[in-house]
Amino acid sequence: MSINSRIADDQPESFAFSAESKKTIKTILAKYPSDRKASAVIPLLDLAQRQHDNWIPMKAIECIAETLDMAEIRVLEVATFYTMFNLRPVGKYFIQACGTTPCWLRGSDDVFRCIYDKVGIKNGETSADGKFTLLEVECLGACVNAPMVQINDDYYEDLDYTSTAELLDKLAADDVPPAGSVKGRQGSQPEPGPTSLETVIEFPKTKKTKGA
Amino acid sequence: MLADQDRIFTNIYGWEGADLKSAKKRGDWSRTAGLMKKGPDEVIEAVKASGLRGRGGAGFPTGLKWSFMPKEVKDRPHYLVVNADESEPGTCKDRDIIRNEPHKLIEGCLLAGFAMRANAGYIYIRGEFVNEAIALNKAIDEAYAAGLLGKNAAKSGWDFDLYVHRGAGAYICGEETALIESLEGKKGQPRLKPPFPAGVGLYGCPTTVNNVETIAVVPTILRRGADWFSGLGREGNTGSKLFCISGHVNNPCNVEEEMGIPLRELIEKHAGGVRGGWDNLLAIIPGGSSTPLMPKSVCDDMLMDFDSLKAAGTGLGTAGIIVMDKSTDIVQAIARISYFYKHESCGQCTPCREGTGWMYRMMDRLVRGDADISEIDVLESVTRQVEGHTICALGDAAAWPIQGLIKHFRGEIEDRIAARKAAAVAE
Repeated sequence: MSINSRIADDQPESFAFSAESKKTIKTILAKYPSDRKASAVIPLLDLAQRQHDNWIPMKAIECIAETLDMAEIRVLEVATFYTMFNLRPVGKYFIQACGTTPCWLRGSDDVFRCIYDKVGIKNGETSADGKFTLLEVECLGACVNAPMVQINDDYYEDLDYTSTAELLDKLAADDVPPAGSVKGRQGSQPEPGPTSLETVIEFPKTKKTKGA
Repeated sequence: MLADQDRIFTNIYGWEGADLKSAKKRGDWSRTAGLMKKGPDEVIEAVKASGLRGRGGAGFPTGLKWSFMPKEVKDRPHYLVVNADESEPGTCKDRDIIRNEPHKLIEGCLLAGFAMRANAGYIYIRGEFVNEAIALNKAIDEAYAAGLLGKNAAKSGWDFDLYVHRGAGAYICGEETALIESLEGKKGQPRLKPPFPAGVGLYGCPTTVNNVETIAVVPTILRRGADWFSGLGREGNTGSKLFCISGHVNNPCNVEEEMGIPLRELIEKHAGGVRGGWDNLLAIIPGGSSTPLMPKSVCDDMLMDFDSLKAAGTGLGTAGIIVMDKSTDIVQAIARISYFYKHESCGQCTPCREGTGWMYRMMDRLVRGDADISEIDVLESVTRQVEGHTICALGDAAAWPIQGLIKHFRGEIEDRIAARKAAAVAE
């Protein structure tokens, strides 16, 4: 993919960090030695993206370069090297679906098929209403809960065609379900129940938590 | 099977809280200052004696790695960097440590930092783990508030600051020098070694990069003693290990088990067995996507540890076990891994940048049988030209899965090519 196709044609005229973001920048910079401000480039790109509807305009690249005393090209280089930075707008629900072998073995093809059936988008596309963007991504590190997708910040795991459809229906109605296994499985334990650790601690076998 | 009393990660499934109070009930942060009383070299000696080998893939002896750090801090500060960029397909164990047992990791950072005379540590966590980074930051804040980090951390007399740094989506940043580059605010492209990070690492200072699991087991090893840890497993392959069992098993899961557990026992005891029974097994990738697959005949008696798997021409890697039953299109399974490495090549070294794309395109043709039989050997020879000819191991990681496929499933590839040719003639 060429650089040009990754960067939006329509760019806003300006970008500035909000007052709240500026406070966050101070705490970010405090983590690194004062002469090593460039270390904050990834955190600041992330911050800009969060502030600006999940994508980074070129004006933000300039703003970050100035904030960190870096050449603009160095910031752009980082922004294009790492896959999490969107340099063009994405849908309200940015679906990053894993298609790497462990997810593929567990039926990630069904997840992609469901997204196409329900929303009509394929890899790299955004729905006409701007609600959904689909991107096939590489392993997201939740392989024993495969297949899975990441939607904005949250992982949804243990999917199949039917549960993906339910998830998409809810999001279409702006009802964002809690992250984690859609089957209600606790973390990465075997689904029928634990095979270890029962003798050292008493545990509930199904407990659903946000951010799991 | 590992006794529950010998398990380190008793909250790996998140049944209890990840908070400090719950962690202390599980034994974390108990007598931490006492563990440090005898000095940094004693900590290193204990880790050496335990036989702990790095849990991130390479299996390098941890105590020895720490001993490469300078014994005195001179003009440059020392750094501990924890590799939480967990991205090797099939691997999802560090995520569980971070979200459910963060205090084991944080306490381990203090002990490891002390041992290598570092007053600061960075935990580099993959960017996609947003919720995990939030959980980790919360635990670090708790530790600071309780005096367990910062000045005179845990009343040990040692000052130690710990920071979380989020990545932004790049598998290559799991390579330690690429990780350091990324932490410095650059593209994650690996550095030539030497110099090694212990000499010239983060910001040009002495640095040691360790995997999350490696660091998180250290407090328990020091508390229960090196003898206890080295008594588990077998010589050269000691202790317990988190295994991730994914793919065609009835109950995919993470589980902590003893090193050297038979593969079949591991899968049948914890993952509910191979889908359709053990005889329905086709092949297993034992240690994350880069390790060569093993056909069922090799899996039957395989022990899951570094040296047993190495002897079988593969590796323990991250212990991310990917199980494939007889319904699997094995050529497609490996082709998808080839696509992964093509996608993740950082583009710095020509053999990898060009080779991963070339190998993937070739694999894609083999999936369809759209090739000549002689091209199998060409592909094999190309993998040998990539392997060992790049700055980092990503080139090797891209080559090995294909080599494993050709070694064990050449017949399958040949049949596919022949079938396509026959179909073309029939038309």
